[in-house]
Amino acid sequence: MTTLQGHQRHYWWKLILLIAVTVVGFFWSFFIGRYPLTIGEVIDILRSSFMPVERYWDDTMTTVVLNVRFSRILAAILVGGALSAAGASYQTMFKNPMVSPDLLGVSAGAGFGAAFVMLGSGAWWEIQSSAFFFGILAVLLAYLISHVFGNRSITVLVLAGVVVSSFFQALLSIVKTLADTEDALPSITFWLMGSLGKVDNEDLTLLVPITQVSLFLLFLFRHQIDTMAAGEAEAATMGVNVPLVKGVVILCSTLMTVVSVSFCGIIGWVGMVVPHLARALVGASYGRLVSVSFFIGGIVLLLVDNMIRGTMAVDLPLGVLTSLMGTPVFVLLLAKSGKEWH
Amino acid sequence: MLEVKHLEFYYRAGRPVLHDVSFQLDQGEILCLLGPNGTGKTTLLNCLLGLRRQKGGTIVLDETDLSHLRIKERSKLMAYVPQSTGLAFSYEVQEVVMMGRVAHLAPGAAHTAKDREIVMQALELLHVDHLASRRFPELSGGERQMVLVARAIVQQAEYLILDEPTANLDYSNQIRILRAIRTLAREGYGVLMTSHYPDHAFLACSRALLMRDGYVMCSGTPEETVTGESLTRLYNTPVAVSQAQAFGKEFQVCIPLMETGDALGEENITAPDAASTPDG
Repeated sequence: MTTLQGHQRHYWWKLILLIAVTVVGFFWSFFIGRYPLTIGEVIDILRSSFMPVERYWDDTMTTVVLNVRFSRILAAILVGGALSAAGASYQTMFKNPMVSPDLLGVSAGAGFGAAFVMLGSGAWWEIQSSAFFFGILAVLLAYLISHVFGNRSITVLVLAGVVVSSFFQALLSIVKTLADTEDALPSITFWLMGSLGKVDNEDLTLLVPITQVSLFLLFLFRHQIDTMAAGEAEAATMGVNVPLVKGVVILCSTLMTVVSVSFCGIIGWVGMVVPHLARALVGASYGRLVSVSFFIGGIVLLLVDNMIRGTMAVDLPLGVLTSLMGTPVFVLLLAKSGKEWH
Repeated sequence: MLEVKHLEFYYRAGRPVLHDVSFQLDQGEILCLLGPNGTGKTTLLNCLLGLRRQKGGTIVLDETDLSHLRIKERSKLMAYVPQSTGLAFSYEVQEVVMMGRVAHLAPGAAHTAKDREIVMQALELLHVDHLASRRFPELSGGERQMVLVARAIVQQAEYLILDEPTANLDYSNQIRILRAIRTLAREGYGVLMTSHYPDHAFLACSRALLMRDGYVMCSGTPEETVTGESLTRLYNTPVAVSQAQAFGKEFQVCIPLMETGDALGEENITAPDAASTPDG
């Protein structure tokens, strides 16, 4: 009588398949790039980092595998996954399919923070820290505005996010106007278009724990987040601590987004489009949605970044490519299932 | 026993929305709350549900003051069926109903077979178990209402609060919902429902409460409270309550009237600006 039905039935198979694709994609990506490597070399170099292996390769190969490609591949999966999971969380909580992770101003804030430091040609770590700081600050501002001046409802929060976003975008425009057109302006512009080219292993020591802890927290609250899709008042009558759930979703999504943005710049559309792909695959229920979104997002960003690494002589901006691909995918989704969106 | 005593509420001081509202509701009873639009019915429900905090008076359930309870505990005593849900995205019916189990879950825990059984039982009780795997947005208005009632049932509360459960429904769905409500009262639920159809007080309810401008006009059994006189006063519109016979039984029916002749004193009810307009 109480058998699993509908979307629930095939969920585990779909999830296992996605994890398998992610793992295969992870290893396959080591062969992409200008420096040619064989399967044996890659496996031996990777193995040598945690177990004794007889060494027959040179230092360049070690650097390419362990420092350059490893960090970039893992970052692609984590950033794509984090943005998609954050997008899925916001879409469910704000009851809106058109929402992306930068709804509350995190990208605008981070963009200004990074550009401001580039104005004085700061070091890379300074740029990252400033982006991180201002990204958080923007969301905090939006949250405070809605709490102090508004009625604490989700609608006011969204409005505050829009206002804060445009405020930091205005500041960013000022910075761009002031920037040196020979040096600072091109690097600001390039940063804003997103790239995984500058990620190193040190960044991973922040990226890995932040995304994993955030995902874990969101997963703990999965059933409460589902009730938010029915609205704040209904969730409260079902016994859900709405302010707590709202806080958890905003905190985790913001942390995942800001850590991605400060390492990779602004990568558009992934966080908005991938949750729709996931929903078409496993339905709306948040626990399934967020886990599947994470892996699809990881695979998508890995594929796009591999395209850049494999085919282009220059580091083409990642954010531009994701936006280019996101639009037709979104139109396809809209044509297929858009009639159900309200 | 749910006891509301001298409830006061206002959004702005000096403009009371609820004034000295008192009533009782026992388990097994169905109380129909009648009143014109904007009279504070929804505010009263929000106070009962803990969505708004009353400015005065008490809401006591079985000797527990509800304002001392946390929202999770309150949800196990009182469940809510909204007039319509703002549910976004294509959740399946069983997932929507499962949401009602959220307060019974340990932090982070998954739903158990027991939860799924409770969900299916609620759907079966309302004769909508065949909808379990359908997508909620694809359902008709009547089916959605049933699913929302099922969601309230799985909360396993003692009292149900329904906000206009029959709004926007056709006759057959209105009767289906009212039958379901009566079934639930027989199962032991205390039910409070609001309605814009005074007939429903006769059809399904054991008691009626007439509310106007934030205060209780009268309350009691439908037969003694829902009269032509009280409804005319309540809605400021002529309403007749009359006896009808069908299928060998006698019924009370409420009829709002367009024209009354002299019997009800039409001059008292016509809009004031219609009287002051000079006839051209």
